[in-house]
Amino acid sequence: MSEQHASEHEHGLKFYWLVLFALLILTWVTYGAALIDFGHPWSDLVALAIAVTKATLVVSFFMHVKGATSMIKMSAVGGFFWLLIFFAFVLADVLTRPGMRDFF
Amino acid sequence: MSNTSPWNDLIGTPDQKHEEGIVVSDSHAEATHQPGLAHHFESYEQQKESSFLGMWLFLVQEVMFFGGIFCCYVIYRSLYGEAFAAASRELNVFIGALNTTVLLFSSFTMVVAVNAAKQGNRKWIVYGLLLTILFGGIFLGVKYFEYSAKWEHNLVPGPNFEWHGDDVGRPVEIFYCLYFGMTGMHALHMVVGIGIMLWMLRPAWRGKWTPENHNFVEGFGLYWHFVDIVWIFLFPFLYLIGLAT
Repeated sequence: MSEQHASEHEHGLKFYWLVLFALLILTWVTYGAALIDFGHPWSDLVALAIAVTKATLVVSFFMHVKGATSMIKMSAVGGFFWLLIFFAFVLADVLTRPGMRDFF
Repeated sequence: MSNTSPWNDLIGTPDQKHEEGIVVSDSHAEATHQPGLAHHFESYEQQKESSFLGMWLFLVQEVMFFGGIFCCYVIYRSLYGEAFAAASRELNVFIGALNTTVLLFSSFTMVVAVNAAKQGNRKWIVYGLLLTILFGGIFLGVKYFEYSAKWEHNLVPGPNFEWHGDDVGRPVEIFYCLYFGMTGMHALHMVVGIGIMLWMLRPAWRGKWTPENHNFVEGFGLYWHFVDIVWIFLFPFLYLIGLAT
């Protein structure tokens, strides 16, 4: 089991070049997407989706969470999940206040 | 140790408990046989797991810290969208994109250092660290010029703040508070990171980190990548929000 883990996250430098390349491409994609007006919440959601994709690449491969033990995986994912709860509750309040109707 | 249930790492097997304290000399002998293994750990595996779990708990705390600042941004952005877009247009997108690229490269060179540590290649640990310090330094240097331009244009919040763009009201100043707060806090993390890397150069060169125990290098790598992730979110939401409108 542990040997399988070890071979899973032993990537060569070539693989990391590819990850870097993908991250650079996505930086251009996020710039290109920002030039297009997708309408109110959508422009932000597109930018967020690209940023989350980039962050997932960094966390999975540069930070070796893919192929890590389940305890490490759970701690990492748990942290971001808690952040999601934090934002969900704050936004549920802020975005539904009387003056915020035009946000949707 | 034949029985490797994860619980044994935490509570120990009955046998171990019984032996504790009696075989002190034996555990010392073991320590000399396995360099880089602290005596309170059973195996390199366990030592590594503990080290990364601790680092991740620290990073989760950092996620919540930056998350709080981002939450502040989201609230004011949803209140003053127009002012934020106008203020964001004053930022230099080219510089922001350049720094994003530089930081992504620094993350890659950090991976090079960690990979070298895994293979016990101390020369490339040092090269990897030096390149990471270089890219981090370029990032901070660019940031310095960016900040001074804002200072000269009186875009630093406070008594000297002046706004000559679209008439969108004072919330423009809130954007710049958040801009300096968020990028400043991010830059502070980078300064700390560069400091730690400078300190790491000597032990790296002296071969302190081996394929069995390079947890410090890899743990620091986690921190550096985390700082990169913060910037991945800062770049679009500070520099790019006003481009389409």
